Amino acid sequence: MAETPKQITLTIDGKTVTVPDGTTVLQACEKANSPVPFYCYHPGLSIAGNCRICLVEIVGTPKLQIACYTPAANGMVVNTTSDKTLSGRRDVLEFLLINHPLDCPVCDQAGECWLQDYYMQHGLYDPKFNETKQKKPKAVPIGPTVMLDAERCILCSRCVRFTDEISKTGELGIFNRGDHAEVGVQPGKELNNNYSGNVVDICPVGALTDRDFRFKCRVWYLGATNSVCTGCSRGCNIQIHYNRERQWRPHIANGERVMRLKPRYNPDVNKWWMCDEGRYGYKFIDENRLTQVQLRHQGAPKTATWDEGVDLIGATLKRLRDAKQLDQVGVVLSSHLTNEDLFVAKRLFAELGVRQVVFQRPKNGASDNFLLQADKSPNAKGAQALGIAESAEGLLEKAAKGQLKVLWVFTQDLSTIFGEAKIREAAKGLELLVFQGTNDHLTAQLAHVVLPSAVCAEKDGTLTNVDGRVQRIHAALGPWAQSRGDWEIMQDMAARLGVALSYPDAPAIFADLAAREPAFNGLSYQLIGDQGVLLKA
Amino acid sequence: MSTLGEQLLHRIRDAHKRRTLTWWERIYLPAIAQGLWITSMHFWRNLFLHIAHRLGLFRDQPASVTIQYPDQRRITSPRLRTRHRLTKREDGTPRCVACMMCETVCPARCIYIVAGEHPDPNVEKVPKSFDIDLGKCVYCGYCVEACPEDAIRMDTQRHDIAAYSRDGMWLDIKELLNPGTRQFNEPPEKFVQLTPSEFRQLPQTPPPPPPGTGR
Repeated sequence: MAETPKQITLTIDGKTVTVPDGTTVLQACEKANSPVPFYCYHPGLSIAGNCRICLVEIVGTPKLQIACYTPAANGMVVNTTSDKTLSGRRDVLEFLLINHPLDCPVCDQAGECWLQDYYMQHGLYDPKFNETKQKKPKAVPIGPTVMLDAERCILCSRCVRFTDEISKTGELGIFNRGDHAEVGVQPGKELNNNYSGNVVDICPVGALTDRDFRFKCRVWYLGATNSVCTGCSRGCNIQIHYNRERQWRPHIANGERVMRLKPRYNPDVNKWWMCDEGRYGYKFIDENRLTQVQLRHQGAPKTATWDEGVDLIGATLKRLRDAKQLDQVGVVLSSHLTNEDLFVAKRLFAELGVRQVVFQRPKNGASDNFLLQADKSPNAKGAQALGIAESAEGLLEKAAKGQLKVLWVFTQDLSTIFGEAKIREAAKGLELLVFQGTNDHLTAQLAHVVLPSAVCAEKDGTLTNVDGRVQRIHAALGPWAQSRGDWEIMQDMAARLGVALSYPDAPAIFADLAAREPAFNGLSYQLIGDQGVLLKA
Repeated sequence: MSTLGEQLLHRIRDAHKRRTLTWWERIYLPAIAQGLWITSMHFWRNLFLHIAHRLGLFRDQPASVTIQYPDQRRITSPRLRTRHRLTKREDGTPRCVACMMCETVCPARCIYIVAGEHPDPNVEKVPKSFDIDLGKCVYCGYCVEACPEDAIRMDTQRHDIAAYSRDGMWLDIKELLNPGTRQFNEPPEKFVQLTPSEFRQLPQTPPPPPPGTGR
């Protein structure tokens, strides 16, 4: 059993704080709500102490000390706002900016740049530097995702420490000395690992910028919504950065809505990081979406209204129910649906009397031993917790043999999992293949009725990650074109079939879900909060 | 000590207080004669000059005070905010670096910039397209003030933006770099995207009409 560390008490700007022994002055300052500026310090990396901006005055010490590397001691008196401290910081900032180019207008970091922020807070000096600035390589692609501008670098070495300590790939280094020191990739290498995008997040200045985001959108046009990455079952906490000004500026990135994804701190899931696969796996939100209800059951495909689509499926199901043939109906839910969607689907089909309800995971993909999981389903654990059986294989075989009349497939492209031939065969044997999903692909094209539904970025709800952690997602965007939330569509269907299901919104569904499902008992959105809650095993 | 409010009230009262007329003003007749004098001066002068112009005389003296727009144009102050233009570098590419300051500051949201890569990494960023919807523009000049590169100016001395449709008031990057090269009765091209080398091959602005007289 770990011993509780000794507690020490120190005074920061007149405020007394108690912190465990081994805390640095910088962390103690943050706890005392007297934040100290910093560049090279990162809570997830080792301490380098080379940017020197975090100077504080410690009573009894003649010189200013860097807060990030000084351990807090009992009875220490720290001053973060004295004139000596502030002038020290200002001078450090002047040194940091000596070779920094005036690139702000063309720099993608402008607006979220720590140099800009701290200059406005602590700088505001008349520059005393009259010599010529050092020229260094600009706009150098150092990997598939990252662009380097060595001139803008302040040599904080965060990125170098990241590749050494977190991704453990060691592509980056600082070369040369003095004025000529510059960050770069090791000879013959490129920055290409599963986590290379994180160096852009931790770069406090515009030296490392994202090639995917490059020149796409100025950061002050972005809105941010807390969400969870749906790229794999890890469920990394993210922020969806979307074009908040899209209504007035439709020209930005050709009208795409999501501009980029950024990791969000969660100590229990992804810390500060996320993988590149998830980071750049947002394109499906705006590309190749299903926009309208389509009917293809008789002859040529045609677009239809929601009522027409739902009526058609409802009438078929009603006929089968009256003929007591509901055992010829199969439902393939998806592990991309939220817990709320799955719960509404489970209730609808249970009350209707449809027994063959399964969920399907997407095909396994790449994995590593850090964050990336081979299982690419964001909510497989949730489907399991709700007691839904897995795998659509049996249903497809039944359909191919002609033992099924209706098959209702959600979200997944089954052709990538089971092969094109199987899906075509199954579609032939069916009276009605319904596809309810987000993006257009072969399964959608084979379906007789296509119902467009919202993607996770357009939904409120919860997802359960591989560890069984229930995490909240928020709707960053409105539904695309005519698409609707999955549970809304199913509720519509329930009304047609005389099943009593009427939830006003996702929170109401979750409240009912928590009451009815033993695995989710006692959970609520308040409890889940921003960081999620583990399911009871 | 009177309060600021009281001081302001006094000022308003003073402004409304009428000056008492003198005896000379109260009899009205001199003022009427003065008015008649001014009117008839213009009348006889214009009558004489119009007849003289017909006879080919005094052609350098304008007859009426009306400016015969568009044959004649008023001399405007160089500070007047008129239609926008984009300034160029020596090599003919735009000075604009697509920083979106003008787009951001524009209260009418009438500027649309799409940024692209410049072949020179020291320039780095260049607009692929730069459009202004003059139908929305309020001519506030904030774009000029916000520009860190002196890349946009409102000094073309052009203020004739009449068009048959709202879309006709759309300026693309070709017109903004070379004002006056687009025919405004043609339907506009929106979001025209050009590369730096294409910028150099655009038709150039014709020499400006001499202000004041004629075209």
